[in-house]
Amino acid sequence: MPNYEIKKEIRLIGTGASPGICIGKAYLVDKEGVDIVEKYFISRKNLDSEIKRFKVAVKIATDELRAIIENAPEDVRQHTGILETHVALLKDKMLYDKTIETIKNERVNAEWALKKVVSGIKTLFQDISDSYLKERSDDITHVSDRIMRFLIGTEKINIGEIDKRVILVAKDLSPADASQIQLDKVMGFLTDHGGRTSHTSIIARTLEVPAVLGLGNATQIINNDDGLIIDGTTGIVILHATDQTLSEYKELKARFEEHKAFLSRGCHLKAETLDGLSLQIMGNIELPEEVVSVLDHGGDGIGLYRTEFQYLARNEFPGEDELFDKYKDVVEVMSQRPVTIRTLDINGDKAVANSSGSDEANPALGLRAIRYCLKRPDIFRTQLRAILRAAAFGNVRILIPMISSLDEIRETKKLLNEAADSLEKEGKAYNKNIQFGIMIEVPSAVIMADVMAQETDFFSIGTNDLIQYTLAIDRGNREVANLYHPFHPAILRMIKHVTDVGKEKGIKVFMCGEMAGDPFNIPLLLGLGIDELSMNPQSIPAVKNMIRSLKVEDARHFINEALKQTTTMDVIKLVEASFGDMLGQT
Amino acid sequence: MNKEYYNFSKSVIITNELGLHARAAAKIAKLAMQAEEIIWIIKDSEKVDASSIIDILTLGCSKGTIITFTTDNESDLNILNDIVMLVEKGFGE
Repeated sequence: MPNYEIKKEIRLIGTGASPGICIGKAYLVDKEGVDIVEKYFISRKNLDSEIKRFKVAVKIATDELRAIIENAPEDVRQHTGILETHVALLKDKMLYDKTIETIKNERVNAEWALKKVVSGIKTLFQDISDSYLKERSDDITHVSDRIMRFLIGTEKINIGEIDKRVILVAKDLSPADASQIQLDKVMGFLTDHGGRTSHTSIIARTLEVPAVLGLGNATQIINNDDGLIIDGTTGIVILHATDQTLSEYKELKARFEEHKAFLSRGCHLKAETLDGLSLQIMGNIELPEEVVSVLDHGGDGIGLYRTEFQYLARNEFPGEDELFDKYKDVVEVMSQRPVTIRTLDINGDKAVANSSGSDEANPALGLRAIRYCLKRPDIFRTQLRAILRAAAFGNVRILIPMISSLDEIRETKKLLNEAADSLEKEGKAYNKNIQFGIMIEVPSAVIMADVMAQETDFFSIGTNDLIQYTLAIDRGNREVANLYHPFHPAILRMIKHVTDVGKEKGIKVFMCGEMAGDPFNIPLLLGLGIDELSMNPQSIPAVKNMIRSLKVEDARHFINEALKQTTTMDVIKLVEASFGDMLGQT
Repeated sequence: MNKEYYNFSKSVIITNELGLHARAAAKIAKLAMQAEEIIWIIKDSEKVDASSIIDILTLGCSKGTIITFTTDNESDLNILNDIVMLVEKGFGE
């Protein structure tokens, strides 16, 4: 009896690592086959040719890696540093010489010898206490897998040679694998491991292919040529989709692409209103690698470079040179475009100790950001010196978070000057003529804006915290989250006060909170007179498009009306009534 | 089994933040490969060949670790000194 098996639709949920939708057939890049290694003995007279076989495999692996490095597209070339080290590892005594020795002494096949040597090396790594160094054994896995592929030779897993349009399904893709992806062959990919901040996902976003990572066991569920839908925006992967689901997603995909194409056509144009006012549209970043995305989406600079990442999930504080390297990377890529580096915005002790539990009853009102930095000048100094040194390479602004009083500005400036003096004494290259700005995110800073303005070069309004502190609402608390809205009249009045002070005192007012990245808010922000908006890189095209369809004069009239409204709902209704048509289009 | 004394040795403290990571180890190994005889790295009771990246990595040297480079061969002394300098400078990171 024929087996008419109707496969049920299966939905898997992972981390949406790179937005977009793709529909296609699965192509498994399975490393499982490599793990199963046969053992057989080699006769004495064949030993030399077995050794030669191993040497040839290493040679091909080396050539292949070199080719990957050379052929890497411009935008991923900055990630190839580690591949150079992999080339050196291929010939490392412990791996290369030892494997040859093992073949000779134990008279076993090259695959078995290599496997034995590698597992020997891995046990040595198990005793290492430093987690970063311990993970370096992954480098050895990547390298030995590469040799093993050529030894086994059967299924050549070369992503560069895939000859049909597929969706890659893998346990994990190394940055080397990901950088080989050819856009005309690979529609998207999904993996069992990895997360949003892994290098692989950054490469996916750079290449703009939809990707879902961290699915757990996708490689066990999905077979070659299975029909797949990947939604990289929501992190949903659908296997054996029903016709109905399929047509739904086809529709979604078409809409997504049409919209993206429409926006990206205009994303490199200036953000200039119909009556000729142009705004700077900047990107928020967390990792140096995201710079590429800001430029690709038409960003005019970095409006917020969050620096917490280097302090998270590790045992010790990052050193000056490490921070300097990261900052310099960003600054150099942006060349003369501004890079706004925000100093540490968390409690560093907790971040470095990696303890999620807090002994502060109310951490949002506790020892964090500038308060923490001023209490730990040793930690702060390291960062300030790194920023000043990076400033020698481009256009750097420094941004201080959570300022609530003038004393904090003065103290910070004192430390900044001391840092500059110490660099001067040591004869290191630095630049202390940088713009000094503060985050406006605590209500006291709003009230004191006129005073603060006299000792700062710019303000940057952090709307997320400003709303939280002004309305006394924790957005993470479901009971009250619905009360959180940037259109609360109190928030509009506060922003108005800050921009008025900015005009009066002649300093620029920027905005880098979530409020800046939503096209819906743009008429208000334009009317309020914000000079520069900074947002997630992906939001830049839509915001630029919105600005280009508005007149600043209309926005100014409109804001006067908006400020007369007395409830959040009234403001929302007014925006919808005045700009609803326009918003519908974007 | 381990030889206890060497003609030449120098101790140094690891100063770069990430410790002896892959790229740093690769820099040491590149220099050590030019030596006529083996240059050893000693950490506590462990001794490894400085010309092997993997060997160096298995020591798991984080920041602050003290390691000693040794050799018996006087003509490798320059190389040993170069390596020590490299570590002292934090690998130019």
